[in-house]
Amino acid sequence: MIQLVAALALVFGLATPARAVVEIIEVISPGGLTAWLVENHEIPFTALEIRFAGGASLDAPGKRGAINLMTGLLEEGAGPLDAQGFAEAAESLAAEFRFDVGDDLLSVSARMLTENRVAAVELLRSALIEPRFESDALERVRGQVFSIIDADSRDPDEIASDTFGRLAWGGHPYGSSLNGTMESVAALTQADMFEAKDRAMARDRIRIAAVGDISPDELGALLDTLLGALPETGAPMPPRAELALTGGVTVVDFASPQSVVLFGHAGLSMRDPDYFAAYLIDHMMGGGIGSRLMTEVRAKRGLSYGISSFLAPRDRSETWQGYFASANEKVAEAVAVTRAEWARMAQNGVDEAELAAAKTYLTGAYPLRFDGNRQIASILVGMQHLGLPRDYINTRNARVEAVTLEDVRRVAARLLDAGALRFVVVGRPVGLAE
Amino acid sequence: MTFGRIWLCLSLALAAAQASAEGISRFTLENGLEAVVIEDHRAPVVVHMVWYRAGAADEARGTSGVAHFLEHLMFKGTDELAPGELSATVEANGGSDNAFTSHDYTAYFQRIAADRLELVMRMEADRMRDLVLSEDDWATELQVIIEERNQRIDSDPGALLREQMNAAQYLNHPYGTPVIGWRHEMEALTRADAQAWYDRYYAPNNAVLVVAGDVDPAEVERLARLYYGVLAPTEGLGERQRVAEPPQLAERRLTYADPRVQRPYVTRSYLAPERNAGDQSEAAALTVLAELLGGNAATSVLGRALVFDSGKAIAVRVSYDGTSHDETTFGITVVPAAGVSLADAEAALDEALAAFLRDGPDPAQFARISTQISASEIYTRDNVQGMARRYGEALTSGLAIADVQGWPEALRAVSEADVMAAAEAVLVRRRSVTAWLMRPEAEGVRQ
Repeated sequence: MIQLVAALALVFGLATPARAVVEIIEVISPGGLTAWLVENHEIPFTALEIRFAGGASLDAPGKRGAINLMTGLLEEGAGPLDAQGFAEAAESLAAEFRFDVGDDLLSVSARMLTENRVAAVELLRSALIEPRFESDALERVRGQVFSIIDADSRDPDEIASDTFGRLAWGGHPYGSSLNGTMESVAALTQADMFEAKDRAMARDRIRIAAVGDISPDELGALLDTLLGALPETGAPMPPRAELALTGGVTVVDFASPQSVVLFGHAGLSMRDPDYFAAYLIDHMMGGGIGSRLMTEVRAKRGLSYGISSFLAPRDRSETWQGYFASANEKVAEAVAVTRAEWARMAQNGVDEAELAAAKTYLTGAYPLRFDGNRQIASILVGMQHLGLPRDYINTRNARVEAVTLEDVRRVAARLLDAGALRFVVVGRPVGLAE
Repeated sequence: MTFGRIWLCLSLALAAAQASAEGISRFTLENGLEAVVIEDHRAPVVVHMVWYRAGAADEARGTSGVAHFLEHLMFKGTDELAPGELSATVEANGGSDNAFTSHDYTAYFQRIAADRLELVMRMEADRMRDLVLSEDDWATELQVIIEERNQRIDSDPGALLREQMNAAQYLNHPYGTPVIGWRHEMEALTRADAQAWYDRYYAPNNAVLVVAGDVDPAEVERLARLYYGVLAPTEGLGERQRVAEPPQLAERRLTYADPRVQRPYVTRSYLAPERNAGDQSEAAALTVLAELLGGNAATSVLGRALVFDSGKAIAVRVSYDGTSHDETTFGITVVPAAGVSLADAEAALDEALAAFLRDGPDPAQFARISTQISASEIYTRDNVQGMARRYGEALTSGLAIADVQGWPEALRAVSEADVMAAAEAVLVRRRSVTAWLMRPEAEGVRQ
């Protein structure tokens, strides 16, 4: 099953904490799989998060959409069960499985009750190792994907996102929707599904985290049962995506009283030593209700209900982006104000008080992320993907604190460039020249 | 600053608050403020919420949107706080804050490190009685809510259809008026409208405090007395007065065509009873019915019939949320498969519903849903903010704490016969609105 309703995916900044709010154990299974575990026995269930690096960007040439379709089919029949049998079995166990894929990661999420965990793991194993990809399920989910592609072609947010991606990354997988096109999806076969699975889901690219009512030994055994039979290697990772974005305005005509605007230029990698300075700058620029963009565009001028900026450090390309929607008559002014704020930050940086407030927020908010088994498991698996050490949680806030006013000025001047911003405007903007 | 639920999905309704009163305590202050404290010591976090028994359905006719407008204005200044200072202070302390408005309530919350509870409580108490609406603030904010309407309603054909459908469903009751307001009435809102609304409804005897997380109930009560206890109640507030909906005698039908429609569908709502204090068995049966009909894409009655067996639909959605002050709706939406007209999709839906009313539920499916109800009590404990929200929503929708705590048991007690009785009472075309969302050129315009 593929979810029919997809929101514009915003990429958020670094997911990680400042004080030891959780204790992470590294578990290596007898079969050699590594996972991070936080034990918590207060509630009798376990949250399990699995990621496969590469995600939908590993689609074979000419097979755009294959990995997305394959991911949607994992729960549509496996081992001895057809799609309905699989769903009934999951329901009987009150186990929750989710399968999802993005440009960089294929995700498997599970919540399993302690009382029937063995049976739940066996069921999930069948989906990961023995999916059937039968033709009736294939056609049904293909129909859902067609519906999504068609709906996206009429959705201003998706049109903006697709247009921005195409301008930024062209022929790289980042430059097109992971759903594929009507034509590419129509051509996909059952054999393509098996191939897509082997390309994307292999042991050499896996990251695993578990949180909840499970011991290290139990988790080790679980991992081998669940994932031991996956192939050792998958498709080679895609190349870096060269950013082809230039400054300016691109208008896509769309009949609506309001325009949606997606804008951005080059960003920076999470591994860049200036990342935390940029992260702080982004927060001050467009990170919350009190940000500069919200203040100037919404609070002072009423030009939009909301505007945000965000760092989008993908695995193979980095951008710094923002998003808002504004009435067609007001969008030109909102674009001008956004450019002016971008330039003001680049030229003048910020003052001590603004930086201090941003630091207090970001360091104070960090431990609040760790407030549920599933959330913690997601953070842990994300840390592994970034190559961060287990004790990173304890050092992260110190890295935020270490950013100086001079760092902010230097990094803002280095990275923020109002003239380089590309604004993709979907609507009927008044008085906005391309 | 969102505005309320339009359609809550079933999983939220099923996810019941934990059955036992373990870790949950309550107190009431002399000025009428009711409080609930939910303990969860797994993380050093607290969620602090104030819920007002004032929502869009309490607005005077002609001032639609004022409840939500005031929600926005609550982030402006008070006699002690500069405009935006509350949010800025919360943020500067690492917290987040927001608010939401529905037909039945307006709620404000902060999520912050547990040792900052006093800080947020002091500010929230300050704006319960001492809001200052300056000339600049309210005029600019009116533009913001009109932009919000542009973004959320007028740019979304599905939202426009829901608005029309609700208006058709409720001839008399204010649930037929959109929470965000009709545009022409929003444009005419004034500072005086907002001030009058605030003065009447923002008072301790019209509010529910919910504090959840890593807190000590005795300390919460001490702080609440200190900050909320000193506030004056609104005299003569009385019971909420809502006009009643007359019996629906005739089925209502709408079609809405819009070139921006992303995915045509047919959707129907039936008037349905809500949870009532001390009497939530029929709402429980309807909650189980919704799960049976559409809870799981692959195993539900409508998913099987329309998506798997006949292939007439690519998706089916069933929604019912019994937490409502007045009579609510039971909704069904069918998204036809490619090449299937809306008329055919609707006919297939009616056929499947008739078969269900004739044959009753599959006992095996019924048993699986019972398992899920029990499990949801375990999973729910992982989300303390969700628990807090459930209490706040219930207590501002005419329910008591005992009803919240009795909800899992009410769900467990539902029998197959209860479900069928509820289905027969509610799934009656005469008491429904059916709407088609289509593109201007779409097939099936004529029946």
